[in-house]
This record gives sequence, C-alpha cells and structure tokens, in this order.
Amino acid sequence: MSVNTTRRVILGAALAGATVLGSWLPASAQETIKVGILHSLSGTMAISETTLKDVMLMLIDEQNKKGGVLGKKLEAVVVDPASNWPLFAEKARELITKDKVSAVFGCWTSVSRKSVLPVFKELNSILFYPVQYEGEESERNVFYTGAAPNQQAIPAVDYLAKEEKVQRWVLAGTDYVYPRTTNKILEAYLKSKGVKQEDILINYTPFGHSDWQTIVSDIKKFGTAGKKTAVVSTINGDANVPFYKELGNQGIKATDIPVVAFSVGEEELAGIDTKPLLGHLAAWNYFQSVKTPENDAFIKQWKAYKKNDKAVTNDPMEAHVIGFAMWVKAVEKAKSFDPDKVIDALPGIEAPNLTGGISKMLPNHHITKPVLIGEIKADGQFDVVSKTGLVAGDAWSKELDGSKDLVGDWVEKKCGNFNVKTGKCGGA
Amino acid sequence: MRIVSCLLRMIALATLLALQPGVASAQGADEAFTRLGADSFSDTNRAIELLIVNAHPQAAAIIEALAAGRLLAGAGAVVIKTTDGKILDARTGSALAAEPAGLAPVRLNNGVRRTIQGALGGLGLLNPDPAKRISAAEAVFKSRDVALLPVLEGAIAKETDAKAKAALRQAQAAILVAKSDAPPFDRIAAIDVLRERGDQDALATLRSLPADSSPALKEAQGRAVSAIEGKLALWRAGQNLWYGLSLGSVLLLAAIGLAITFGVMGVINMAHGEMVMLGAYTTFIVQEVIRTRFPGLFDYSLLIAVPLAFMVAGLVGIAIERGVIRFLYGRPLETLLATWGISLILQQAVRTAFGPTNREVGAPNFMSGAVEIGQLAITWNRLWIIVFAGLVFAALLAILKLTPIGLQMRAVTQNRRMASAMGIRTGRVDALTFGLGSGVAGLAGVALSQIDNVSPNLGQSYIIDSFMVVVFGGVGNLWGTLISAMTLGVANKLLEPYAGAVLGKIALLVFIILFIQKRPRGLFALKGRAVEA
Repeated sequence: MSVNTTRRVILGAALAGATVLGSWLPASAQETIKVGILHSLSGTMAISETTLKDVMLMLIDEQNKKGGVLGKKLEAVVVDPASNWPLFAEKARELITKDKVSAVFGCWTSVSRKSVLPVFKELNSILFYPVQYEGEESERNVFYTGAAPNQQAIPAVDYLAKEEKVQRWVLAGTDYVYPRTTNKILEAYLKSKGVKQEDILINYTPFGHSDWQTIVSDIKKFGTAGKKTAVVSTINGDANVPFYKELGNQGIKATDIPVVAFSVGEEELAGIDTKPLLGHLAAWNYFQSVKTPENDAFIKQWKAYKKNDKAVTNDPMEAHVIGFAMWVKAVEKAKSFDPDKVIDALPGIEAPNLTGGISKMLPNHHITKPVLIGEIKADGQFDVVSKTGLVAGDAWSKELDGSKDLVGDWVEKKCGNFNVKTGKCGGA
Repeated sequence: MRIVSCLLRMIALATLLALQPGVASAQGADEAFTRLGADSFSDTNRAIELLIVNAHPQAAAIIEALAAGRLLAGAGAVVIKTTDGKILDARTGSALAAEPAGLAPVRLNNGVRRTIQGALGGLGLLNPDPAKRISAAEAVFKSRDVALLPVLEGAIAKETDAKAKAALRQAQAAILVAKSDAPPFDRIAAIDVLRERGDQDALATLRSLPADSSPALKEAQGRAVSAIEGKLALWRAGQNLWYGLSLGSVLLLAAIGLAITFGVMGVINMAHGEMVMLGAYTTFIVQEVIRTRFPGLFDYSLLIAVPLAFMVAGLVGIAIERGVIRFLYGRPLETLLATWGISLILQQAVRTAFGPTNREVGAPNFMSGAVEIGQLAITWNRLWIIVFAGLVFAALLAILKLTPIGLQMRAVTQNRRMASAMGIRTGRVDALTFGLGSGVAGLAGVALSQIDNVSPNLGQSYIIDSFMVVVFGGVGNLWGTLISAMTLGVANKLLEPYAGAVLGKIALLVFIILFIQKRPRGLFALKGRAVEA
C-alpha cells in the first residue's frame, strides 16, 4: 500500500501545479463570488467525479446568465484532489483560505468527506456533498444532498420483499465503510422483519476485485435453498463491470436471482453489454429515464453543454442540481454570502428535484427525496418500476442500537447528534 | 407467484379447451388488448392471462413478441413488429401498411417476465420442435404448477424424443414432490427422478418439500438431498480448481511480460500495467473501427487486435527503453521512479484521450456464454484465455530458446560485456527485449479486455500481482513464472470459499513474504554466474 501512497503524493504534486494554472479565471473585472468545486479529475475516482465538476460549471454558468446571485456574478474555482484523500483536505483549505470561496461542492467517497470535515469545521465554511452514503453523521458545515440509507437501501429491500417475494438475501459489497455500515443496517432491518440469520449471506471483496467466479457460484449455490433469493449489491465502482459480466456468463437471470445495486448508475453501465443484465435492479433517487419536464430540460441542457448527444445523467448530478439551487435560494434569503447566515438559512429551503417533486432541506442537513427502483434495460438505461413519495433523510439510522436514539437538529437543538433519551447533545 | 399459479391453471384449462372452439369469448380478448395499452405491469399480467384463457389464436405470437420487446401498444392499437421490420396487427396477424402513431413498446418487469416464462412454458409443452419442448419443460420445472400436471402427463405419453421425455418427467417430478395429495408412491418415485437429475435446481426443488410430509417421504428426501450434496461437493472441488487455473492464466498473462523486462533484464518497470492497458485500448479501437466500417468482421476483432496490440505496446515499450530506461541501467531506484512517472503520464494521457469512463469491449460470439460439463459451468471466455495464455507462453519460450535474437537476449542478460565483446549490439538487444516484454503485456491487454474494465486504471490493478508472481516464481525463469502463476491462482481460489476474498488475498501475501524469507530467489532460482554479477 505504501507504493500506492507514494504514487499518489507524486501525482498530487505534479497536478497541484497544473490545477493552479487551470483554475477558472474571471472574465470580468467586476467583483465576483467564488464557488469551490472539489472533485477528483485524475486518479481512480475521476471516472465518477469528472462529470460532477462539469455539471457544477454548467449550473454556475446558467446562474450567471440569469444575472448571478444578489447582483454578483459567480465564479467557479476548480481544484483537483486527484483521488488522494489527504490532498482533499489540503485542497479544501486552499479553496477556503486562499480563494475565499463562499461554498464548496465536492467529494464522492466517504473517506474524502471525512478527510475535509475538520477543515470545514475549523474554517467555518459550507460543503455540499452529493453522493449516497452510509449515514451516521450530521455536521453543521455539511449539507448532504445524496441519499441516506433510509432513502435508498431500506426502500429497495422493501421492494424486493414485497414485489419479488424475496426471503433469502445476499449482501455483497466492497470492503470499506459505506458497504459495511449499509449492510449492518440492512442486516438489523431484515432481522427485525423476521429474516433468519441462515437466510442472510454477507460477502466482502477488495477494491477493484476482478475475479468473481467463486463468489458468483456461491451466490448461485445460496439460491438453491428452495426460497426466492436476491442480491443486494454495494459493490463499488470499477468492480461492478466484471461482476455483472460474470453473472451474465454464468447465466444468472434477473427472473431467478435479481441483483439490486446501490452504486450502479447510467455511468457505470456505459462500459458493459447490458443485454444479459436485463431486469437487474438499481435503487436511486433519480434516473435519466424519468419523464418529467424538468428532467427533459436538464438532459437537453446537459447534452448541449457536453456537445455530446450520448452524454448520460445520473443521481449525484441531480443532487448537485438540487444542492446548488438550495444554496442560491438560501443566499437570497439570508441576503448575504456569510457562511453562518447561509447555514442558518438553509434548513427549510425548498427546491424542485428532477423527478417531479419539491425537495426540502431538513434541520439535520439532509434532504427529502423520492426513492426510485429501476430495472436495467437493453440500452443501458433504467426503466422505473417503483417510485415512493418524498422520504426524509435520517442522519442516524433507526436500525442500529448505537444510533437509534440520536437525531441531528441544527435549528432548535444546534446539535448534530442529540440523544432524545437522555436529552443531551453529544451522542450516546 | 400467485399470478403465475393462477395463470398456469388457466393454461391447463385453455389447453384442454383448445379443441372446443367457440368457448372463447371475443370480449375477453378485447379486454386483453385494452389492458396491453394501459402501461401498467399488473394490466399486462392480466392481459397475458386473458389471451390464454380465451385461447386467442395469436396468443403465442403476441407473448413471444412481448418477451422480445417487439410488442407495441398505445391508444386503441396493438401491433407486433417482426424481426425483419414488418408491422403486424396483433389481433389478426395480418400485415399493416404503416405503424400507427403514438405506440410504445409494452414495458416488462421481472414479474411480467416470469408470467411470460410460465405462459410460454405452458404453451410450448406441445410444440412440435423437441428443443422448444425441452425449454418449456424447464420453465415448468421452475414454476412447478400443479395445474399443468394433466398437460404434462399427456405430453409425456405422446413424447418420442428421449431427452425431451426426461425433461418432461423431471418437470412432472418437481410438481409431484410439492403436491401433498398425490399418491405417496408417485412422490417417492418423483424424488428419485430429481435425485437422478442431481443439480442445484433439483436440490432447490427437493428442499421445498412441504414440512408436513410423511416420515417416509422425508426420509427419501433426506437421502436424495445428501446424495446430491455429496455429488455437488465433488463438482465444487473441481470447479474451484478450474477457477484457480483460470485466475492463474490471467496472472500468467499479466506477469509474463514482466518476467522478461524485470526477470530477464532486471528493470523494475512500474509502467508494465500501462502496457496492458494500452493493449486493451487497442482492442477497443479495433472494435470501434470494425463496428462502424466492417460489422461483419466483429467475431474476428480480437484476432485482428492481437498483432496490433503487440505492436502498439511493443513500440511504446521500445520508446520508453530508448528514451528513459537505457540511461538508468544499474540504478534500480531511479528506474523505479522514472517508470512510475511514465505510468502516470500514460494513464492521464489515456484519460484525456478516451475520457475517464469505462469503454465497452464486446465479446465475440465464440467467447460468450458457458458450456456445462456435468455440474461444472465453464465459461467460454475463461477457457479461451487459458488457451491464449498457454500459446503466448509457448511462443515466448520458443523465441528465447530457438531464435537468434533469443540467444542474443540471453547472452546479453547473462554477461553484458562478454556479449558485447562477441559483437552483439547490446543496446539494440536491450531495446528489443524490452519491446518484447511490453508487447506481451499488450497481448495480455487483449485478453483482459474480455473480463475486466477497459479504463485508464486497468493496469494499476495488475501491477502488484504481476510482481508477486515474478518474484515468487524466481527472477529470470519463465517456467518459474508459469508455475508460480498457476500456484497462486489455484491457492487463491481454494482459499476463497473458506476465508473470503479479502482474507484469502492477505493470507496469500503473508505466505509469499514468509516464503521469500526462506528462499529469497523464489521457487526456481537461476543458478550460475549471472546471478552473482
């Protein structure tokens, strides 16, 4: 692993110079308000994060065409933390102290969020975090526009149990914090619904795992107990492609053992032949195939911006759309760019999501969003087979013993982990 | 499940009624067509039932089109789009001049797909084509509906094809096992039929025996289950071995180029993985060109990609050797850092040129799917990769042992100054050797594009494994690399079912570290003066 770390340091050093040159330079001399974009443009996470940088640039551009915010033009400051977790913290510090940004939109992995957290607390700035994550966190300086587990994992399991009559569960994930926490929550939830221990199989694989033969045949074997079986996959990023290829090759069809994934979106499916995957599922809060006027307009705008008719949109992009709209509204409500005032103004702000509803920022700094279940179609898009109403994001899972009494409330209690049993702030 | 069961009962009914025309009502069929246009999964399910219960003459054609996504429905019209682009009216089967406006394909979910499967199963049991009867019997085996029993019995009595008869009997047995009011003697016979079948599906069916069955039945079931389990355990051992060989062949492909550059030349080449990546991207480009210009050649795309990938990676390798590495011979640390830098430059260059997302490399027909040998599912792509790895290994061995350039390579690496004194142009040989190693890595890229992501990070995930294989096998020894790759592959796959993928990998690393303590030169140490030099 030390090999990898050294590599990242070198990469970071090499790119630090490049990004300073590449920073977005203002076109006009008029005073602008800076917005930081903290997404990896190189390294392993570039695959997912590059599009988020582009979508932010597009949103900021559009806002400027509308006249900016509070009469001032916005200016995007793009930095590249190069998929290197410590570098995320350095770049965040640089954005806040040197570029004096008013808010930062960024991070993908939970590790990168945890890495920048102390910086945002110390320097009192605002981070909008757009990716579905494991929950168990509510910070004053962070606004979570992606899904908490109760907005993705639990509704997906409910769907399988109800619609597909699933009784046996394989929880397969990559070995890091998001899958481990999500699976812990799911295991507790399933057991509370009367599923027995022997009907749950939990399996972890390393990052970038590429040889799935044994695991897929284990899943096949687990599915022969005479009960309907499903796989809940928290397999991350690149490892999905060989996993789905192996499923296809070993002939596991969605009608026999459906796989529902929480990290597979339109972007990930771009690299696979989806015909053998017909009917496998994904749970998100947004799909490109959703037919609403807002979404049609967004997709059109995105394709025009990318100058690519095949450009795809995905869930974290929608989270940034909602987050950015909320930030603009909060700034207008507070009539100030001052972080303290904006943080206080944000809870209660509403902004339309792209699936036809209005999302609201909650006191725990999470938002309300609908949960959509989609089946993979032959063209790599998803067919929405189920959609819930707006679900409020829980910062702390109700399923885990350690967190079921906690709530995040930054409006009345001014506390991220208020214990309703003891009535005290500061966790259990 | 209930929909399917209810539906199958109707199929049985319909099949019996099929001989009595006039019973079916036109009204019910009309409702079916309205429901197909309603864009709701439950309506689609109900429509399939209605078509079957009314024995609509077009039922089979409509359901098949629905399964293939070729059934279009909308306001008032339902049409079938044939594979050659013709538009047929679904009600009558007659051709239409033009596609009515405002139609969309009828959507499917897994529930509807299962209904279709069951319906096609029921409809297919009396199909004249034995292959269709077998797949229909398989569908019934999975759906296990009591309602189909009379149809099955009729089909078995008429069946002449031995394979189809066996499949039908198994389907009948699957139903009988779960049917508590069937004669006990029949049910025990059914358990025997399933035991004979002996695969995982049979096991699943046996395990679903109702808990309130008689003790005699339970005992027979228990014996059958343990017999199948015992047999399957043997097959699983064979399967793990096969998986191990397959992983070993992937490791061998990834490492064998490194065995040349690191093993024979002693260059710590961190950019080795990127050569693999370049090979994979070459495959991607070849496929893109073929897709747009010569779609007929698609099945040969990999064959065409093989020499091109070798050349691309080989030439880049030679450029790296001539441009950077030759100035750094004898300075391993600097070589390591320089090649590291090169690997990052190559990654970012590919990322800029092709974008950060995965690129799709399709599988030609002969590499898709799997073949079943007993209970062992052998996927074609893995089989071909093993064959390919073997061929590459043999070719490389032949080049080193049988050709003049191979002789010169061995001479230069064993004793550079002596070789130089004999008139060998060592610089040129170095460049060619490095080019050969890199080219072989490019070949690995062609194979890996079939099982892994084609992304800028492709090489990174193999570089550590490759070094592990070469060091474990013994530096400078191709046979060592072969045996080491296979050993590590098989050991990994035998450990994985017990220890899990993460722990298995850790255990293997610990083992190698300990092994290297004991035998620092790996499995097969090269003997002679070269080592001491």
